[in-house]
Amino acid sequence: MRPLTEDETRTFFEKLSKYIGENIRLLIDRPDGTYCFRLHKDRVYYVSEHIMKRAANVSRENLISMGTCFGKFTKTGKFRLHITALDFLAPYAKYKIWVKPGAEQTFLYGNHILKSGLGRITESTSQYQGVVVYSMSDIPLGFGVAAKSTQECRRTDPMSIVCFHQADIGEYIRAEDTLT
Amino acid sequence: MVALFPLKSVIIIIIIIMATVEDVLESVTQSQASKYKTIEVQKDIEPQLDLGNLLTVDQNPLDLKKLRGDKEAYLKSQARDNTQLLFNAIWKLPTERVEEAICVKLPETTTVLPREKPIPKAKLQTKWEQYALLKGIQKRKKGRMVWDEEAKDWRPRWGYKRANDETKDWVIEVPGNADPNEDQFEKRMKAKKERVAKNELQRLRNIARGTKSKVPGVGLTPTEKPSKEEVGLALHLAKKSTASLGKFTEKLPKEKEAKHVGKKRKFEPAIGDFKKEKEQQLNIINVMENKKPKMDITKAVNRVMTEVDQEASSDDRRKRAGKVKNRRGPPRKKGSGGFGKKGKAGKGKGAKGMGGKGKGMGGKGKGKGKGR
Repeated sequence: MRPLTEDETRTFFEKLSKYIGENIRLLIDRPDGTYCFRLHKDRVYYVSEHIMKRAANVSRENLISMGTCFGKFTKTGKFRLHITALDFLAPYAKYKIWVKPGAEQTFLYGNHILKSGLGRITESTSQYQGVVVYSMSDIPLGFGVAAKSTQECRRTDPMSIVCFHQADIGEYIRAEDTLT
Repeated sequence: MVALFPLKSVIIIIIIIMATVEDVLESVTQSQASKYKTIEVQKDIEPQLDLGNLLTVDQNPLDLKKLRGDKEAYLKSQARDNTQLLFNAIWKLPTERVEEAICVKLPETTTVLPREKPIPKAKLQTKWEQYALLKGIQKRKKGRMVWDEEAKDWRPRWGYKRANDETKDWVIEVPGNADPNEDQFEKRMKAKKERVAKNELQRLRNIARGTKSKVPGVGLTPTEKPSKEEVGLALHLAKKSTASLGKFTEKLPKEKEAKHVGKKRKFEPAIGDFKKEKEQQLNIINVMENKKPKMDITKAVNRVMTEVDQEASSDDRRKRAGKVKNRRGPPRKKGSGGFGKKGKAGKGKGAKGMGGKGKGMGGKGKGKGKGR
């Protein structure tokens, strides 16, 4: 377990800011306690300070997880966000997509969102912007990358992809053993 | 006083004597036979014979009664029987006479004996051997004799009276770019010594690799033209090689402190200063924010496009509404309208520049609107 190096923090924040912009400050500077990011076996964990101190007593092979896992660093140094970070991304998300009830199921199975399944989208979403996907009843379902800007979304045909799937809460069942 | 015995009695006596002689002979052969036992041996399981080693392996079960009775005699008889079988087999082999003795050539042994010494370890491959294996380079055997042009004769490639012996040169040409005061003979000797030293170093390095002892890094060995990293590494090591491990060595005026030298990476402690960590992270975020442009061009373009669309749709509505009436009013300039709005939005970053682009984009928007 170790804190992130500068380069790692930079990569990590760049990825996060794609989804929540500058609200990362609210994650770092919390009024209700000190929380920190720690790296353990290539995964980044967001954990409160006193839990982290206790976790420091567990040896490296025996420690499986602590706090919330935000994602992991791949072998080539890129950061990949996992679905377990959704609880922290959803409240601070800048750009959101609401999905029609019919298309919820297909998104939860890991497919991309088509124009026909698009309910609402925040104004002025640029292309390839990180978005958080909600159902029509405002339940966060996962996140993705906008395939088209809001403008283009209005004009395209109903069968084109408007949002690339990145992670969804169906992964808690599908990829149960890889999440920590 | 020899009386003439009756002839009959003499004959009878002779007959009796002969009879007794026969008896004697018989008894002798019998005793002889009883002394030497038969050469036929009866065994339930055939013993395995290894004539090469003169070995007989008898796997017949031992008779427990006889064993308990007279152990020595029983075992001796068993041994005798097995030896008899062995010799029967030996006599079956082709014999030859060697200096009045009958000899037999024993066949190859069939039992596998265990090794006396452990299996020898494979020799560790040298660096060159590994490379040659990788590239598929074969060794080429060089002959001992080489043609010497000067002597017009075949001379050994190396050693006493070798061909092309450099040390025998009594004059060496000074090359054009060399210092005239340099001793060329000295230079040659030095070069030779360096080659020998390099070879020795490489040999020792191969051995060190084999015995898993520490191999000095390549950067430390002297090279003709060290690269920037090698010089840096040498400098770093020179600074550290003091009694107090470089704590008091002063930095040169313009020297930058090397961030990451050496094999081990150093990380912050897991439970360090939290405030400092927070500060660092906030700094990183600030830097990231500063790097991003305050006005996103694509966003501005998109905004212009939305406005153009809205105006176009409101135009359509007005046209439909004002079908009967003639629409009056000054011809609206879409470009200028866009420009005006953009001017307000782009207060930070040079309105003129954005305006120019806005005009261009407005034109595009117009085109799109028409196309639709």
